[in-house]
Amino acid sequence: MVIEKRQIVIPGETLVSGNEYLPGDGAYRDGGDVVAGRYGIMNIFEKHVRVIPVSGAYYPRRGNTIIGTIVDITFNGWLIDFGGAQNAFLPVAEVPRYINRNEMREYLDFGEAVVVKVWDVKSRGVDLSMKMRGFGKIEGGMIISVSPNKVPRIIGKEGSMVKMIKDATGCSITVGQNGKVWISGNDSDKELATKKIIEFIVAHATITGLTEKVEKFIKKLGLKVNSPEIIAENTDGESEQNVGEDNE
Amino acid sequence: MAVKKNLYTKRESGRAMDEVRPMTAKVGVVPSADGSAIFETGKTKAIAVVRGPRTLHPQHMQNPKNGVLRVNYGMMPFSVEDRIRPGPNRRSEEISKVTEWALSSVVDLSEFPNTVVDVFIQIPQADAGTRVAGINAAAMALAHAGIPMKEMVSAIGVGKIDKSLVVDLDKYEDSLFHDGEGSTDIPMVFTSRTKNLALLQLDGKISIPEFKETIELAKKACEKILVVQMEALKNVNGENGAPKGVPLEGNNG
Repeated sequence: MVIEKRQIVIPGETLVSGNEYLPGDGAYRDGGDVVAGRYGIMNIFEKHVRVIPVSGAYYPRRGNTIIGTIVDITFNGWLIDFGGAQNAFLPVAEVPRYINRNEMREYLDFGEAVVVKVWDVKSRGVDLSMKMRGFGKIEGGMIISVSPNKVPRIIGKEGSMVKMIKDATGCSITVGQNGKVWISGNDSDKELATKKIIEFIVAHATITGLTEKVEKFIKKLGLKVNSPEIIAENTDGESEQNVGEDNE
Repeated sequence: MAVKKNLYTKRESGRAMDEVRPMTAKVGVVPSADGSAIFETGKTKAIAVVRGPRTLHPQHMQNPKNGVLRVNYGMMPFSVEDRIRPGPNRRSEEISKVTEWALSSVVDLSEFPNTVVDVFIQIPQADAGTRVAGINAAAMALAHAGIPMKEMVSAIGVGKIDKSLVVDLDKYEDSLFHDGEGSTDIPMVFTSRTKNLALLQLDGKISIPEFKETIELAKKACEKILVVQMEALKNVNGENGAPKGVPLEGNNG
């Protein structure tokens, strides 16, 4: 049986009672109860109870795509600041080409931005990798910062929102789970339009029928929207799944 | 020795002896912070802002086992009638410390070693009970910042004015009433789930049976405060207080 319930919970609040339930992230067991260990939205999936955060700072998770800047270069890798609690480390071995260790600055220099994947989250720090398609150094375009909790809404259901913006503006958009968005296009006007659309989404993240509103906004900017079938899909209920998915 | 008459049988504010001042609370009052809250009881206002977890500097203060909770309490210069000299002083340092201890009993920072979670508490308007208002706001702000917590905390000041036990002392009762046995102020912090005491300070004189009674009064008052805190955290909607990126049930059209 699948129970899908959504409700804001407060630390210390009993989520469910019964020994058959398993406390997941943000929840703990106290006697026969599963209790919230964090403020967020309760999510029960097949006896697995967890609390999905809705506010606060970004906590890296394995598999997340993040955008950060180089803050230090060590003998075997780069330290990257991604706006989290700790710095992240990108080892030379996780870069998809041969690097001469004496000339690491040739490849990635201080202050340069990268799109990387979170490989592992340890107590001491975060390990990163760049060895996959879509990851690498950022060249050109602009990076904007948004609240990490709004990232699921920018992405939309299965990337529908991002796809709509991409189609409308022709810019490439890379959304980091840490709330950094890289926009890159041939035309700076298009990039600015993309930025405006994303800022619009962030400002209206809590309303229903967001896709239609964004569509209207895109049209107001004088751009075309060409995938109307997505629009009907993105309802209130489905955006919730995005919140869940992006936190896994 | 003849038993003296109780000089404080009716409260100056007109409240019942166990009545808490009207409370309002709101989270998300500082959008740029990771978490924030405002808590008001009567004329006392407290704003709490949470930043972090973030790397703690200087490095020698870092704890490789646990994150560090750091509380900074301060009153704004205009919060009382006479101007308060801004900056740390003996009193604010003490309150920062006891707030830190009270909150550490519920906050779990084991996931964030070598980092610090900063809690800033400011009092824009003071009418006694600022430390408890600060703790109430700080607990909400910490929850709002998504910091792992075992449970919430609620704080209340109870006391004895001459021979009467009263809940939630205001400025008059706390510092202006000197007749008879004078006033005793006991700030207490209770955890929301296990109902444990997280902080107890005692300023004045009180007998043991009376003291036991004040604990019960405080427990009851904390229940009421917890309701206000929970409402504020649950009913964030639309405005800047909204849990970011999530539409809420029933109240977004």
